[in-house]
Amino acid sequence: MIRRLLPLIATLIVFVLGYLYCMYQFPGFASTRVLGNLLTDNAFIGIAAVGMTFVILSGGIDLSVGSVIAFTGVFLAATIGWWGIHPLAAFVLALILATAFGAAMGWVIHYLDMPPFIVTLAGAFLARGIGFLITTDSIPITHDFYSSLSDFAIRLPGGGRLTIVAIVMLAVTAIGIVIAHLTRFGANVYALGGSRTSAELMGVPIAATTIRVYALSGLLAGLAGIVFSLYTSAGYPLAAVGVELDTIAAVVIGGTLLTGGSGYIFGTLIGTLIQGLIQTYITFEGTLSSWWTKIVVGMLLLLFILLQRGLTQMGERRASGAHP
Amino acid sequence: MNFATAIRSSRGLPQFTALALVFAANWMVFPDFFAIELRGGRLFGSLIDVLNRGAPVAILSIGMTLVIATRGIDLSVGAVMAIAGATAATLTNAGYSLAVVLAGALAAGLACGLWNGVLVAVVRIQPIVATLILMVAGRGIAQLITEGVIVTFNTPDLIAIGSGSLLGLPSPVVIMAGLLAISLILVRATALGLLIEAVGLNERSSAYAGIDVRTLTITVYVWSGLCAAIAGVIVAADIRGADANNAGLWLELDAILAVVVGGTSLLGGRFSLSLSVIGALIIQAMNTGILLSGFKPEFNLIVKAVVVFLVLLPQSPAVLQRLARAGRRRAP
Repeated sequence: MIRRLLPLIATLIVFVLGYLYCMYQFPGFASTRVLGNLLTDNAFIGIAAVGMTFVILSGGIDLSVGSVIAFTGVFLAATIGWWGIHPLAAFVLALILATAFGAAMGWVIHYLDMPPFIVTLAGAFLARGIGFLITTDSIPITHDFYSSLSDFAIRLPGGGRLTIVAIVMLAVTAIGIVIAHLTRFGANVYALGGSRTSAELMGVPIAATTIRVYALSGLLAGLAGIVFSLYTSAGYPLAAVGVELDTIAAVVIGGTLLTGGSGYIFGTLIGTLIQGLIQTYITFEGTLSSWWTKIVVGMLLLLFILLQRGLTQMGERRASGAHP
Repeated sequence: MNFATAIRSSRGLPQFTALALVFAANWMVFPDFFAIELRGGRLFGSLIDVLNRGAPVAILSIGMTLVIATRGIDLSVGAVMAIAGATAATLTNAGYSLAVVLAGALAAGLACGLWNGVLVAVVRIQPIVATLILMVAGRGIAQLITEGVIVTFNTPDLIAIGSGSLLGLPSPVVIMAGLLAISLILVRATALGLLIEAVGLNERSSAYAGIDVRTLTITVYVWSGLCAAIAGVIVAADIRGADANNAGLWLELDAILAVVVGGTSLLGGRFSLSLSVIGALIIQAMNTGILLSGFKPEFNLIVKAVVVFLVLLPQSPAVLQRLARAGRRRAP
């Protein structure tokens, strides 16, 4: 149990040490304003990353999340701005579409037995392509309900603001933790990612679980799209390019094994925040160029993967020692 | 023989059919598609253009095919292209000769490939994660080399690699053909290809059979890094500059698509270098066709998704099984 928790603990320690270092360098980090902004700026990545964690736990991958975020933004801008649909109704429509899209990809992956990598890549092309068909421009979203929603925030002591998008991200993470650890579906996802053959023999419904995992990832990517459009107040088909990589990196840094079957949703939240922290530090620093973000994230990825690798090898050695 | 076994036994049929269909569609929207003329000792025409524009992805797909055949994947090729382009641009601006510039860029690619290969074969990290590291960090490294700006250059001999011509063909096409020929000789005239397929099918039994799995795996990643560096130099030479942010951006996905469209399974094993190049040309022919037709380029991505799906469908084991069952029922 401790060994399973180790990657998560390591991630937490890195985050806390990193934050303390930032506070030591720039006392401003101690204010709740920075913390609030950290949560707000990374909310859409954090939400999509929860869906990605489930997909990766099940042994798959979803390369379509960035495109689904962009499509959702464009869809909202078109339905609200052009056709005058109320934002809440547009939200529901967008979530239904995104969920159905994810479920369709899951169906193809399971029933046509195609690799998730390629199916979701084709899905990414499709979602962004449809976004392009709707518009090639960035459309601003102007609606009273929209601006009041994006302005809504809980005041934190110290002047920080916990915005609605940050609240949504924290809520999604909390619900994700409950689903992963306390429901039958969560157990099925872990079983499927641990060993497909064993899961099948144990009676785990492989088809339903696969389709639901991708549907969930689609739903959360759609929600991330809504959050992103609240955050930017616009829909743009070229938005959120490469977000799938940020989310995959967040999942890996958060201690989830890319082979599936082992990991925690909470770790993904920390993984998202670590990436956000690096960016915030570089903004504070001012003289460091933004490309250092990429290099540091790459080095962190390597560090965590090596740690996981070491831990699994230790486990293998112990297992083979017990049964000579 | 029913339909399913027919598809399985005739290699390359879906790919050549798809290429022919895309060409036919291009010809319908643009009747001059097949017209080729010789102007100033160089061939011009849409077909040549498809070859020329498709060359970088085709070159990437050669290295990618070998990596995928060993059950691996190389996500870093786009970033390696940026690194090689940045190296070439910086060296040529520092006044070094073409030989040094090329050696430097290719050495950068080899080093990247070696890094990936060691992570996969020695440290034993999953290929998708191992190469993700360089994919994320590589662009940062490329920006470090160019110091964050787009480095432009005006060295005629380096520019000729991207936009010059050789034997009447654009030089990228000649380089692509040469690289394909060398790779084919290396893997098919020797047992190398067979060994790579064996590692992809079952790594452990290959090791028991005496194959040096570790060296072989490192070699394919090094080859992929080399191919990426060549593609990176071509792209940089073509635009006369190294753009660390955008050079080769998302081309790793196109290269993987080309390999998969070419019929090499992501689960490793049997591979075909020539069909991967055909796959790259299918993708490029679609892009060119959409441009020629005057269709909005917005359709590009949707058409791409649909074609990928249609080419993959007849290769899916589940679909083949169902077809075989249906065939048996019809002809008892």
